[in-house]
Amino acid sequence: MSAPPAVDIRERFPDLHTALDSQSAVAEANRCLFCFDAPCTAACPTHIDVPRFIKKISTGNLKGSAVTILNANILGLSCSRVCPVEVLCEGSCVMLRYNKKPIEIGRLQRYAMDWFYGSHLRSLTVAAPVGVRVACVGGGPASMACAAELRQRGVAVTVFDNRPLPGGLNTYGVAEYKLRAADAQREVELLRSMGVEFRRGEVGADGVTLEQLEKDFSFIFLGIGLGAMERMGIPGEDLAGVMDALRFIERYKTGPNFPVAGRVAVIGGGNTAMDAANAARRLGADEVHLFYRRTEREMPAFAFEYDRSKVEGVQFHWLAQPLEILGCDGHAAGVRFADMQLGAADASGRRSVTPTGSTFEFACDMVIPALGQSRLTALLAARGIETIAGAIVVDRPTGRTANKKYYAGGDCVNGGREVVDAVADGKRAAVAMSLSAEVNHG
Amino acid sequence: MADLTTNFAGIRCPNPFWLASGPPTNCGEQVMRAFDAGWGGAVWKTLGEPIVNVSSRYSSVDWNGQRMMGLNNIELITDRPLETNLREIAEVKKRYPKHAVIASLMVESRREAWHEIVKRSEDAGADGLELNFGCPHGMSERGMGAAVGQVPEYSCMITEWVKEAARTPVLVKLTPNITDIRTVAYAARRGGADALSAINTINSITGIDLDTLIPRPNVGGASSHGGYCGPAVKPIALHLVQQIASDPEVGLPISGIGGIGGWRDAAEFILLGCGTVQVCTAAMHYGYRIVEDMIDGLSNWMDEKGFRTIDDFRGLTLPKIMDWQHLDLNYKIVARIHEEKCIGCDLCYIACWDGAHQCIHLDGHATPAAVEAASRARIAVTPIPKLDAGNAAGAPGRRVPRIDEAECVGCNLCWLVCPVPGCITMEQIDNGLPKQSWAQRAGQ
Repeated sequence: MSAPPAVDIRERFPDLHTALDSQSAVAEANRCLFCFDAPCTAACPTHIDVPRFIKKISTGNLKGSAVTILNANILGLSCSRVCPVEVLCEGSCVMLRYNKKPIEIGRLQRYAMDWFYGSHLRSLTVAAPVGVRVACVGGGPASMACAAELRQRGVAVTVFDNRPLPGGLNTYGVAEYKLRAADAQREVELLRSMGVEFRRGEVGADGVTLEQLEKDFSFIFLGIGLGAMERMGIPGEDLAGVMDALRFIERYKTGPNFPVAGRVAVIGGGNTAMDAANAARRLGADEVHLFYRRTEREMPAFAFEYDRSKVEGVQFHWLAQPLEILGCDGHAAGVRFADMQLGAADASGRRSVTPTGSTFEFACDMVIPALGQSRLTALLAARGIETIAGAIVVDRPTGRTANKKYYAGGDCVNGGREVVDAVADGKRAAVAMSLSAEVNHG
Repeated sequence: MADLTTNFAGIRCPNPFWLASGPPTNCGEQVMRAFDAGWGGAVWKTLGEPIVNVSSRYSSVDWNGQRMMGLNNIELITDRPLETNLREIAEVKKRYPKHAVIASLMVESRREAWHEIVKRSEDAGADGLELNFGCPHGMSERGMGAAVGQVPEYSCMITEWVKEAARTPVLVKLTPNITDIRTVAYAARRGGADALSAINTINSITGIDLDTLIPRPNVGGASSHGGYCGPAVKPIALHLVQQIASDPEVGLPISGIGGIGGWRDAAEFILLGCGTVQVCTAAMHYGYRIVEDMIDGLSNWMDEKGFRTIDDFRGLTLPKIMDWQHLDLNYKIVARIHEEKCIGCDLCYIACWDGAHQCIHLDGHATPAAVEAASRARIAVTPIPKLDAGNAAGAPGRRVPRIDEAECVGCNLCWLVCPVPGCITMEQIDNGLPKQSWAQRAGQ
């Protein structure tokens, strides 16, 4: 492995979807039929009134357009870039039934958001204080959405996050060609301008305890996300040159000059695996090989993410389960895989896999496991918060947990969906907490 | 094979497509290129008193991303010397003897002035004369153009003066900026006109710049009302043409003008009785070349319909336009939605609820607000196969609205707003009632 050249992240990760210029934005906006009770709005977990914000773009009312988006979804900027619109708003566009291209809702939303963050507005109005305080634990999308909605209802909010920068996976975990950490921070700044207080500290450590939060705040919202990536539980996992996908993405997004070279093996078939594989290609890897224990058909990644990886030049290997990471002088040098075969469908309809008995070895310079994130359950049971299989159990319309003082949303509840799902969860919980506080205060 | 040759009030030309008096007919070089492109005739940019133009001169109304749905101008008549124009008319006629060149005229209201311009135009070789009694801006402030066309007596008097000197057919161009266009048509007839041209441009202010608060077109920080034309004015022009075409007291050939940009528009004007059609805005927008499809399209349509000449279908629609009181009150249609074509935009639903008679329904008889509230209250999530296994909610299905035919008044609104061709059709219901008009019912 020769010394690879320095890497310019911005150059290697240009925007996946380019911005619309004003003329094409208006032309695209005019293509929208302005459906009544539009399917795109219904499909959006945050129910952004899509035809309304698009109409406002066509009339040149960009402030109104941006506010329409942000009032429904405070993370309108990041969602416009990271949302899998193909399976959400754009996927439900009536144009598809008309054999026409769906309206480019994601790019139009980005157009309105770029205008908003480029203007002098950069803030939203908040309501007069109502004397209620809420602590949001975790600084990711769910907590941010919860905090913004609460501020608009006059509730004081403190967000606790254990990372140097708030924003959660928006800051640390999204592929750079979709969303830059700097853009995620613009949304954090928007929240700050609305009076949200961000405090760095790990709950359960750093002198902050849930008992203390219960005393200091009316309600506590848990937006703690999922834990570290699952370990594979095979020999060699701790060798140098083995780095799980989230750490790999965080490393290249936050630290300058992270060159990758030689052959890289990515293990897993989810969207994060695709992100890591694509990033490895762009960072300079000569070859990137992705191994998944089932086949193309069972792969959990979105079809468009898989397509993207094929375009990036990632090579795919099916029915391969890792058995051991092979080392050489303390550094990963390859992976030994078991050949698998598909079996019967299980209760969920997915086909199981069993080893065929044969194995093979694959030589590589780096191994990136991407097996999903573990679930956090510590601390919760003691506070009377029910969990099932590591996910917090809530009343879906309100986000309320078994302990009435606690609400929860985002990945820690839904097991790991999209940013927009976390925003919807946080918003619903904020509304419920605010209404509950009103009732309590008479 | 369709024969487009035209004889309009004695003026012969290869086809009924004329360029209207305006910027596309400003000089001989232009008119010759237009004839090369296929135009059958040209009404020369109005000759008359010396004038000075301003800049800027045009403004437009764009609609839904389309440019120039309507065009407005504050340009005056020709700003070139009369001698130059006459010399070029002669040159064009020499090179294009089979094409029609009509001189548009506008001079001060003196008999001698009109006699002189008529004589000089005809001496140059003009095949006919069009009296510009319609220009709505600038010239009218000097007692010409619409200032004449809005007063039937003046129109009659000047037409008489022209006819005293004219040897070629005289067309009077009518302004729409008048309460009843027929009064001037009668006056032109009384004055001896051989034909009419209708319509001239409509008084307009196209819009205001919301940054500077200055209307368009901006002439040094101010503007003035102009003359409106282009596709936006076609329905108004069709109505005014129909009014004069179906009035036996007018009884003159009509050259139709107003928003004509293609063969379909032309066919419509001819169906309402026009012998030729004049085009300006579309040629300004796209150039002379548009005439190729006008000729080709009209010929193909005529072949398909079995019309050999323009006269075969000229005026065929006039008997189908009557006063409202004669329409059949017992004719009944209702809207039908063809489910397989419905894309679920539900524009028909909201249009019927807010703009018509509340007879299209989605969920029972829920109001629009209730329908929207229900879908906003629904919890939607991103579909993730791994997490959704065994719990496939999926996206909400397409909602095909339902029409309450007993309540449907057959107004056409849902059919008009539906973006999918053939998805909503208006179908006749046999109610067993005999034909009966308001006139008949009131007379009983």
